[in-house]
Amino acid sequence: MGTAFLLLSVFLACAVEAVEALTIVLAVGLTRGWRSALQGVAAGLLLLAVVVAALGPALTVLPLKALRLVVGGLLLTFGLQWLRKAILRASGYKDLRDEAAAYQREVKAAREAAASKKSLVEDWYAFTLSFKGVVLEGLEVAFIALTFGANQRDIPLAAVAAVAAVLAVCVAGVAVKAPLARVPENTMKFAVGVMLTGFGLFWGAEGAGAHWPGNDAALPLVLAYILLVAVGAVWVLKRRRAAWAS
Amino acid sequence: MGKLKAFGLFWYDFVIGDDPLVAVLVIAALAGTAALSTHTTASWWLLPVIVTLALAATLARAVRKK
Repeated sequence: MGTAFLLLSVFLACAVEAVEALTIVLAVGLTRGWRSALQGVAAGLLLLAVVVAALGPALTVLPLKALRLVVGGLLLTFGLQWLRKAILRASGYKDLRDEAAAYQREVKAAREAAASKKSLVEDWYAFTLSFKGVVLEGLEVAFIALTFGANQRDIPLAAVAAVAAVLAVCVAGVAVKAPLARVPENTMKFAVGVMLTGFGLFWGAEGAGAHWPGNDAALPLVLAYILLVAVGAVWVLKRRRAAWAS
Repeated sequence: MGKLKAFGLFWYDFVIGDDPLVAVLVIAALAGTAALSTHTTASWWLLPVIVTLALAATLARAVRKK
């Protein structure tokens, strides 16, 4: 049960982040050429590999209780941010994420920016934009995969789910040569927010010394509770918005 | 100094995000659960209650800004 939730959570979270990184890299690569854009991707992946190689082993030597307390707290803080944004989007208080519009904004900016050469990089703008896109979105992927994997004492499994998600998104992006606007990104973000918060709640409580009734069997109920609260919040906010408009 | 500040701001934004109240309530909830766990094994309920209140509070603050 725990393994299935781990795989699903990491895969969904990483797929969402990969879609956003792909939008940036595609816009830069198709507008300004692939050489510098791919150099930026390679440099970003190298930096992420260093971060994962440094943090991964460090997390696994921590005692499980301390790890769950720290990681549970971080996941809760992180997950509640995701959930707040997802609830605001679902209830109409925040614009839905639109990959096609984000792509057009990136293309416009890429066309207007001047090119400048720096050492081995022909187009510094294309390099830095791709690099930043990969690193910023990739850090979230690395954070989620490492924390979930370390808590379940199975970082390799979490890494497999993360790599599978990134590869699936890359293959789809190369196939359509366009941003993946048809991916139900907002729904996926809602699901990821529920999972991050649910796992953070479960592990955080265990790390703080609490014992869940039924032990690991309580995890699906915790996730269901968070989902219920989130759906309820959307319902309340939608009604409030409708009442405000009328 | 500018780069150091930007580095710090990036990590603050990455972990804490738009509403620091959430992080404060999460830390308080974990501390409360740890304190309660020293007296009883049935301390699991405290975190879900405070997390629910934290979500409601942060949503209310976000909606008020709109």
